[in-house]
Amino acid sequence: MRAMVYRGPYKVRVEEKDKPRIEHPNDAIVRVTRAAICGSDLHLYHGMMPDTRVGMTFGHEFIGVVDEVGSSVQNLKPGDRVMVPFNVYCGSCYFCARGLYSNCHNVNPNATAVGGIYGYSHTCGGYDGGQAEYVRVPFADVGPSVIPDWLDEDDALLMTDALATGYFGAQLGEITEGDTVVVLGAGPVGLFAAASSWLMGAARVIVIDHLDYRLEKARTFAHAEVINFAEQDDIVVTVKKTTDYLGADVVIDAVGAEADGNFLQHVTSAKLKLQGGSPIALNWAIDAARKGGTISVMGAYGPMFSAVKFGDAMNKGLTLRMNQCPVKRQWPRLLEHIRDGYLRPREIITHRIPLEHIAEGYHLFSAKLDGCIKPVIVPSA
Amino acid sequence: MPYTPDQPPTASPEELRARIPGWGVDLDPADRPAVPKERFAPDEAGAHWHFPERQEERWPRERSIEHAQLTPVFGTSCPPKGLSGVIRKHAYRTYSEGRAAHWLLLLGADRVDAWESHLRSFFTTRPDNPITQTGLRAEFTGHGLASRLGRNRADLNHQWLDPIIVGGPWIAAGGVVVSVVRRARRRRARRAATVEG
Ligand SMILES: NC(=O)c1ccc[n+]([C@@H]2O[C@H](COP(=O)([O-])OP(=O)(O)OC[C@H]3O[C@@H](n4cnc5c(N)ncnc54)[C@H](O)[C@@H]3O)[C@@H](O)[C@H]2O)c1
Ligand SMILES: [Zn+2]
Ligand SMILES: [Zn+2]
Repeated sequence: MRAMVYRGPYKVRVEEKDKPRIEHPNDAIVRVTRAAICGSDLHLYHGMMPDTRVGMTFGHEFIGVVDEVGSSVQNLKPGDRVMVPFNVYCGSCYFCARGLYSNCHNVNPNATAVGGIYGYSHTCGGYDGGQAEYVRVPFADVGPSVIPDWLDEDDALLMTDALATGYFGAQLGEITEGDTVVVLGAGPVGLFAAASSWLMGAARVIVIDHLDYRLEKARTFAHAEVINFAEQDDIVVTVKKTTDYLGADVVIDAVGAEADGNFLQHVTSAKLKLQGGSPIALNWAIDAARKGGTISVMGAYGPMFSAVKFGDAMNKGLTLRMNQCPVKRQWPRLLEHIRDGYLRPREIITHRIPLEHIAEGYHLFSAKLDGCIKPVIVPSA
Repeated sequence: MPYTPDQPPTASPEELRARIPGWGVDLDPADRPAVPKERFAPDEAGAHWHFPERQEERWPRERSIEHAQLTPVFGTSCPPKGLSGVIRKHAYRTYSEGRAAHWLLLLGADRVDAWESHLRSFFTTRPDNPITQTGLRAEFTGHGLASRLGRNRADLNHQWLDPIIVGGPWIAAGGVVVSVVRRARRRRARRAATVEG
């Protein structure tokens, strides 16, 4: 089969690989019909995630058709169209039993701090991902769901990560009626977090980024006020001014490890790998939140330390909430919101790229060229 | 102003509902799927086992020493090999996730892996090609210049580093190869000259 393969930092290519095989009785093999590149893939692509091996196939946001099922699979059969949460999880460990699907303890031998994620380095379990013609889906009775007939395939694709994560991020912000919510980052996750914040009762939603084309999307798609931080002397002061010097009730970090805005922080983490991730957005969140406020961190950081301004977070009495998104937990309510037209995920898709051109897709998305917000990868099979 | 007890005024729910489709539909935390954070519901996830069957371990699978056992299911991408494999296995065997040495060794092994793989690729029919693999073509098809010029982008102050970080080692390695070949050729020419002379 054809599959995207990592060849070292900033380098990927498409290779002929063996089709994945059933390794466990509850496995399924899924033929991928659509995959996406996620902001998280950039951490791998830039070589920031420890134990990212040359030869691995990335891709944790994908949908497809069941091709083959293991002997114990009860809920799926070949031919079913499925959406697959980006989490690999068992459904039965201590954490899964409590709904923490992204923190499963039975799927990742390489680390206890993080669960299993498709195509996301060995630190997240060493699973090949969905930017390929076929992918192995463990615990087929637990993770995947049959795509409802009425649901658009692009919407289904975004349900598997970006949409679920943005919506989850707004929930961890513990928004109450009348809150001012600041969202850092106008990528897919930030856009969905901003759109979701309204559903939870926000009175103001302010999105911050440095890419005007993405801020424009935040305005039109998520009805948000927008600020380009590159045009501000000091973004923290700007936020204070616009909130009557109170600060934001809730700040959502939808940026993560590659955060820009401070050369030294960015270069020491994204380029030199001396930090687990660039904490610029996280530090802005700490400074821009009001005392007693809440910060929701959706942005992903590596397992190494980062220079986070923890003292201010403590002094301000902030609540910090964060996790990888337990995707499937969000689905029933998200389906209602899509059906009611309150969330319209596919509107953020900007590019469709054949699998064979995935190297260009990565560069486009990483360097933020051509107005790229969300690239979708289409395998030819 | 936070200097007095008053809440700053905000738009009314009616205004917001008129402007934003769906405003407030999840106002009640009970409508939010992630609330409460933990809810014991072992039957909801779809597992029909108390503990999953074990996947076959086809090669010794490295694992965190913070795990009591190998997890029943695991990924089978890229078994460790070469020098990077030795470093990786050492990092897993020796240091917990709490130790910087664990992650620094793994990051170091990643860099070794990349170079081992580049070298190995030169002995295959498909050697690594940093130009196609970095997707540089997108600079032309994706309006590289227009996407950057005259825009207030905060990432331009470091994007120029990328070609140096990615291309630099290739150019250096190329230089080393060229000088080694040249020196060998010169030596051979000199030897030929002395034999003739
Ligand atoms: N928690 C989860 O489950 C989960 C799931 C998916 C993605 N993520 C993470 O969410 C983050 C965003 O993902 P994405 O797909 O939207 O990525 P993306 O790269 O498309 O978006 C990130 C955005 O942040 C902007 N940005 C950079 N520095 C900033 C700063 N200092 N302040 C404000 N904005 C800044 C960038 O210009 C970009 O638009 C990533 O870190 C990703 O790993 C987490
Ligand atoms: Zn993702
Ligand atoms: Zn589990």
